[in-house]
Amino acid sequence: MDAVLTPLLDILRPIGITEPVLQFMLVNAILGVSIYLTLHAGMFSLASAGFMAIGAYVGALLTQQSDWPLWAALLGGMAAAGVIAVPIGLPTLRLRDIYLAIATIGFGEVVRVLILNFDDIAASVLTTLQGERVRFRLIEGARGIKGIPTLTETWHLILFLIVLGYLLTRLHRSRFGRAMAAIRQDETVAANMGINVVYVKNMVFILSAVLAGAAGVFSAHLTRIITPAAFGFDKAVDILAFAVLGGTSTWIGPIVGAMVLTAMPEVLRFLKEFRGVFNGLVLLVVIVYLPGGLVNPAGWSRLWQRLGRAQTASPSPSTGVD
Amino acid sequence: MLELNGISQSFGGLKALSDVTLSVPEQRIVGLIGPNGAGKTTLINIISGLSHPTSGSITFAGEHLHRTAPHHITRLGIARTYQNIRLFGDMTALQNLIIAQHARGHASLLDAVVFAPRYRREERDLYQHAEMLLERFGLSGVAQIAAGNLPYGDQRRLEIARALATRPKLLLLDEPTAGMNPAETRALGEQILRLREDGIAILVIEHDMSLIHQVCDEVYVLNFGQIISHGTPNEIKADPAVIEAYLGSDDDASA
Repeated sequence: MDAVLTPLLDILRPIGITEPVLQFMLVNAILGVSIYLTLHAGMFSLASAGFMAIGAYVGALLTQQSDWPLWAALLGGMAAAGVIAVPIGLPTLRLRDIYLAIATIGFGEVVRVLILNFDDIAASVLTTLQGERVRFRLIEGARGIKGIPTLTETWHLILFLIVLGYLLTRLHRSRFGRAMAAIRQDETVAANMGINVVYVKNMVFILSAVLAGAAGVFSAHLTRIITPAAFGFDKAVDILAFAVLGGTSTWIGPIVGAMVLTAMPEVLRFLKEFRGVFNGLVLLVVIVYLPGGLVNPAGWSRLWQRLGRAQTASPSPSTGVD
Repeated sequence: MLELNGISQSFGGLKALSDVTLSVPEQRIVGLIGPNGAGKTTLINIISGLSHPTSGSITFAGEHLHRTAPHHITRLGIARTYQNIRLFGDMTALQNLIIAQHARGHASLLDAVVFAPRYRREERDLYQHAEMLLERFGLSGVAQIAAGNLPYGDQRRLEIARALATRPKLLLLDEPTAGMNPAETRALGEQILRLREDGIAILVIEHDMSLIHQVCDEVYVLNFGQIISHGTPNEIKADPAVIEAYLGSDDDASA
């Protein structure tokens, strides 16, 4: 893997993308796929940040406290996120559009606040059970967990994304994937076509949570320290921006969106404090001129035609056939 | 085959259907007519499981449908079309027919991932069946065109083909000829008659009386949520209650 990676990094380093930057681009690409899955089934869910937090904390505890290897912690974090997605999905996925978005933002905030107060809650529960004052410190509230071993390697992430990419191409050619697309277009008709809409939506929500959990485990073992603030509302909106920038017509869109948005502040270091402004500007330009996102051939050809028309100021004798 | 017994449906204070009793026997084409707002589409929505009646019972092929989910009803063998066309517009005509066979398949996501023989056999069957339906409805030439971009008549026929792709025993058609010219209506009528020969029972909502005469074995007339008449197309035509419902009584006219 190094044989490929070293020359790649040699090319990327001059434009500001060092290995740590690349690693975060890849982690965010996984998050992009996480939100893509829900959007592709017509669910406007912003729960990925919350599930990422669950994955990160479970994974970090497993490696740091129980000395699990990374792969086992990865499975643990993914499983934890997936299991928690079941009781969250069943009631909330009955909601549509913006109402689902609000409910899932609420879920993210609940996760954040629970992590913040977990030690205190656990301490008071233990105190009542045992009848004497108990001190409990495990996840350290707002201070966060420190000194997590940096186990994530770049090739782990690349391998994970390659496998994920293969699974996604197969998903779209499977019954399940087609049911997802049908539900996005018209949920009622999908049900009349014999598709169990509740089942498909909940399964997609779980898969999305599992991926966000994986991203959480990977990122915890990159950053060495995790705090609940890193997985709040801001993160949920960032993840949504990946999908908006890249577009959701294919699964490559959110991956590209995530990588571009993560790399941009590093590439544009010379803009100093205006880097954030530029990120917003790029997002705005894409939304206005390429509503389908960066990875969307139809959108580019529409834009191309618009530009062509703008250049030939007079009405050209075009064939009008397209 | 399909039996509705005393179906009532009210939305808040509004009684959309009251005490509707109707049956569709095997291999028969039953018409359902009535003025706008009579409750015809409400009835189709109830049969296809999109809404549940306030009271009354539905049995289909010996099974009791009580608050049964729509996808279960489809799997039991009831398919439908919509008054306002509701195809999956972004997908091709072929894909629409593939999706409609969802319940026919059994291959899991894992089968698709590892290219299991079961998955490959199933995909081949689904595509074959879809292509057969396209040909039957004269849509082979537009198989790869997005359904939303098809001409209106093609969309209407594709919707019927999609309903058939679920392999129903009973087909519910909600104004299948809306917006069609007389020649197209006639051609569609012949296709509906052929479906009966295939052993499919049909309940058709229609305004076009020529189609009703062409295909229906018997007709129910619905007005203000109640069945006001039932008989052969010719009997219906002569029923004063039906004439009054459509044209108003003399009292109305003089008022």
